[in-house]
Amino acid sequence: MFAPAENRITITAGAFGLGGILLFVCLAITALLFQSGDFGDDALFDAYIWRVTRFTLLQASLSTLLSVALAIPIARALARRATFPGRVWVLRLMALPLGLPVLVGALGLIEIWGRQGVLNTALAGLGLKQPVSIYGLFGILLAHVFFNMPLVARLFLAGLERIPSEYWRTAANLGMPPAALFRFVEWPVLRGLLPGAAGLVFMLCATSFTLVLTLGGGPAASTIEVAIYQALRFDFDPQRAIALSALQIVMTGALLLVLARVATEPAQSVTGGRASRRYDAETGLSGLSDTGWILFALVFIGAPLTAVVGSGLRADLMKLAGDPTVRRALLTSIAIAVGSALLCVGIATAMIRAAGTATARRHVPPVARAFAGAVTASSSLVLLVPPVVLGAGWFLLLRPFGDVARFAPAIVVAINALMALPFVHRILAPAMATHAARTDRLTASLGIRGFQRLRWIDLPALKKPLLMAFSFAMALSLGDLGAVALFGSQDMVTLPWLLYSRMGSYRTADAAGLALFLGLLCLIFTMLGTAGDRRVPEGRNA
Amino acid sequence: MNPENAVELVGVDILYDTTALHFDCAVASGGIVAVAGASGSGKSTLFHVIAGFEEPDRGEVRILGKTMSGQAPSERPVSVIFQDNNLFAHLDIATNVGFGISPSLRLSTGDRVRIDDALGRVGLDRFGKRLPSTLSGGERQRVALARALVRHRPLLLLDEPFAALDPGMRSGMRALLRDLHEQENNTILMITHHPDDVRALADSVLFLDQGRIIAHDPVERFLERRDVAAINRFLGNE
Repeated sequence: MFAPAENRITITAGAFGLGGILLFVCLAITALLFQSGDFGDDALFDAYIWRVTRFTLLQASLSTLLSVALAIPIARALARRATFPGRVWVLRLMALPLGLPVLVGALGLIEIWGRQGVLNTALAGLGLKQPVSIYGLFGILLAHVFFNMPLVARLFLAGLERIPSEYWRTAANLGMPPAALFRFVEWPVLRGLLPGAAGLVFMLCATSFTLVLTLGGGPAASTIEVAIYQALRFDFDPQRAIALSALQIVMTGALLLVLARVATEPAQSVTGGRASRRYDAETGLSGLSDTGWILFALVFIGAPLTAVVGSGLRADLMKLAGDPTVRRALLTSIAIAVGSALLCVGIATAMIRAAGTATARRHVPPVARAFAGAVTASSSLVLLVPPVVLGAGWFLLLRPFGDVARFAPAIVVAINALMALPFVHRILAPAMATHAARTDRLTASLGIRGFQRLRWIDLPALKKPLLMAFSFAMALSLGDLGAVALFGSQDMVTLPWLLYSRMGSYRTADAAGLALFLGLLCLIFTMLGTAGDRRVPEGRNA
Repeated sequence: MNPENAVELVGVDILYDTTALHFDCAVASGGIVAVAGASGSGKSTLFHVIAGFEEPDRGEVRILGKTMSGQAPSERPVSVIFQDNNLFAHLDIATNVGFGISPSLRLSTGDRVRIDDALGRVGLDRFGKRLPSTLSGGERQRVALARALVRHRPLLLLDEPFAALDPGMRSGMRALLRDLHEQENNTILMITHHPDDVRALADSVLFLDQGRIIAHDPVERFLERRDVAAINRFLGNE
C-alpha cells in the first residue's frame, strides 16, 4: 500500500479484472441490442410477454410474502427457546437449503408433494383424489419458500438475538403481555430487517430459473428467465428472447434500485449462541406455540431432504457410479466448478485489493473513488444482468461462428464465475479490509512485499475466507443449471443437466441417485469452506 | 540540515478536507521524547509522516540529516511499534522477530542466534516457538521490541506502546525500554496519554494541540509549565 511500484501492479491487476467483467457483460448486451433488428410493433407488447411478466412478479410477491410470514414466528420461537436439546441441529438444518443445488431441493419437494409423493399417497389413503399438485404456481411458491424462508428466519433470529438482555428484564419487570412485547421490543428489530430481507427474497424469486423450469409445468407458469430460455432453445425466436432480456434487465435494475434504498446490512453472525434469558418463554402457551413452529420448520425443511437421501439410497448407486455418462458428467461438473471458482476468487481478490489500494490515501482522487465504486458495483452486475440473459447474449454473439456448443465450456465457466462473484465479494471484501488494516503499515515498515508478502502474510491469514469463497463458488457452479441449459450439448453434460434430463425422461430412480451424488458433493464443498466458521453469506439464486 | 538531529520536520503541512496540520520541529539524537497531546491533536499523523505512511502536502521530513521525500517506509532508518497488531498472529514469535532481519525470512544460523538473543534481552527466552495468541499483551509488545532490536534502526517510534497494559506491566515495560535505550543509544519517540510515562521515561516532550506542536521542552521544564491550558489538562493541574 505504501510502495508506488507495487501499488501500480495491484491497481493494474484489478483494472484488468474489472475490464474483463465489463467486456463480458457489455458484449452480451451489445449482441442482444444489435441482433434485435426490426422488433416489429408487437414484439415488446406481445400478450405472452406481458403474461410472463405478470406471472414473474406475482409469484415473486407471493413467495416473498409467504417466506417472510412463516419466518417471523419460526425466528421468534427459536429466539425464545435458546437452550433446548438439538437447537444447534435445527439451525444447521435451516442452513442446508443455502448449500443445496436447487434441482436437488426440487426433487426432494417432488418426493414429498409430488403425484407419487408421501403427502399425496397419505391423502389418497384417506380417499382424496390428487389433492395436491406440485406443478404450477403452488409448486413454485412451495419451492421458493423452502429455499428462502430459512434464510429470512436466520436473519430475523440474528436480529432478535442482538436485543440487549436488559430489554427482556425490563419487559418482565413491567409485566408486559406477549402482544406488547412483540409490538415494542421484537417488532422494531424485525421491521428494521424486513425491507432488506424481503427485497432480497423478492429479487431471488423474480430471477428464479431452475425451480420454475422444473416445477412450472408449462407456459402458464413461466417466468421471464425461463421464457428467454424457451425462446432460444425451443422456439428459436431470438427477437422474443431479446425483448424478454431487455424486460428482465429493466425489472432487475428497478428492483436493485429499490433494494439499495431499503436494504439494511444483514447480520454477519447468524447464531451468536449467547442468547438472553427470555422471561416470556416461561408460560405454557408460548411453549406450545414455539414447539409447534419449530416442529413445522423441522418437517418442512427436513422432510424433502430426508426424502432425497432415502430415494437416493434406494437407487442403484453402484450402477450409476459405473455409468460412463455419469462419470463424464461428474468430471465435467468438477472441471467447470474448479475453473469458475478459480476465476471468480482470482478476479474478486484482484479487484478488492486494487480498490483498497486506490482509495487508501488522504486525498482520494475522483477517478480512484469511481474505480472503487465500479469494483463494488461490477461484482453484483450479474444481479442486474442475470445468467440466462448473459447466456442469451453470448448465444447470439457466437452463433455466426458455428456450433455454439464449441464455446460452451469457456462461456459456462465465465457465467458461473460471475454468478458467484456477489457472494465471493461479500465473503472476501470485509476479510481483506480487516487484514489490510492490521498488516499494511506493519508490512510496509518491515519491507515485506510482493511474493514474500503473499506467502508469509496474506495467504496464511486469509486462508479461511479464501477457502470459504472458493468452496462456495464451486458449490454454486456444481449445482447450476442456468448456463448449461443454454449451452449444454451431448458433448458437454454436467451433473445437474444429466439429473434434469433423467427427471424429464421419468428415470426417477437414476434421478434420485444423481441428486444424492450432487447434493452430497455440494454439501461437502460448502462444509469444507465453512468448517469452523458459522458465517455463511446470505442469499443465492434459486 | 543538522546531522546531529534525529528528526527534522521543516514546514510540514498535512491537509485534510476540513482541517490542516502543521509541524515544524527538530529532535536531537539520542534521547527519549514523549509525544503528548489530546486525542485528535495530530500525534499519530506526526508519526505516520516520519515513518513514511503519509507524505506531507508541503514541507520536508529529514532523518539524521537526510531528506526522506519519496522514501518507502521500509527504506527509512525507522522502526515502528504500534499500539496493537504488531505481530502476525499466524506466525510464531521467532518468525515475527525474524522479519526484522530479513523481510523474505532468509535466515542464517547466525540470524537465529540473534533472534534468540533479542528475545532473551526482552525477557522472553524459550518463547520462540509460541504463537502470539498465547502471550499476554505485555509479552507481545516485548516481542515487537525484540524485532526492533534486531533491526538496529537509529530511530524508534512507539505509538502508545503501553496503552493496553495494566499498571504493573507498564512499569516493567518502562524499565525495559529505558535499559534497551541505554544499550542501543538510539532515539525514541513515544506517543503517550499518561503523565506518568512522561515523568518516568522521557528526556523531553513534544506537546501537540490542534495540529500544531505548541511545546518542545526538556521534561523538567515541561512538568513545571502552567501557562498553557492544554498542558495543564494533560498534567492534571486543573
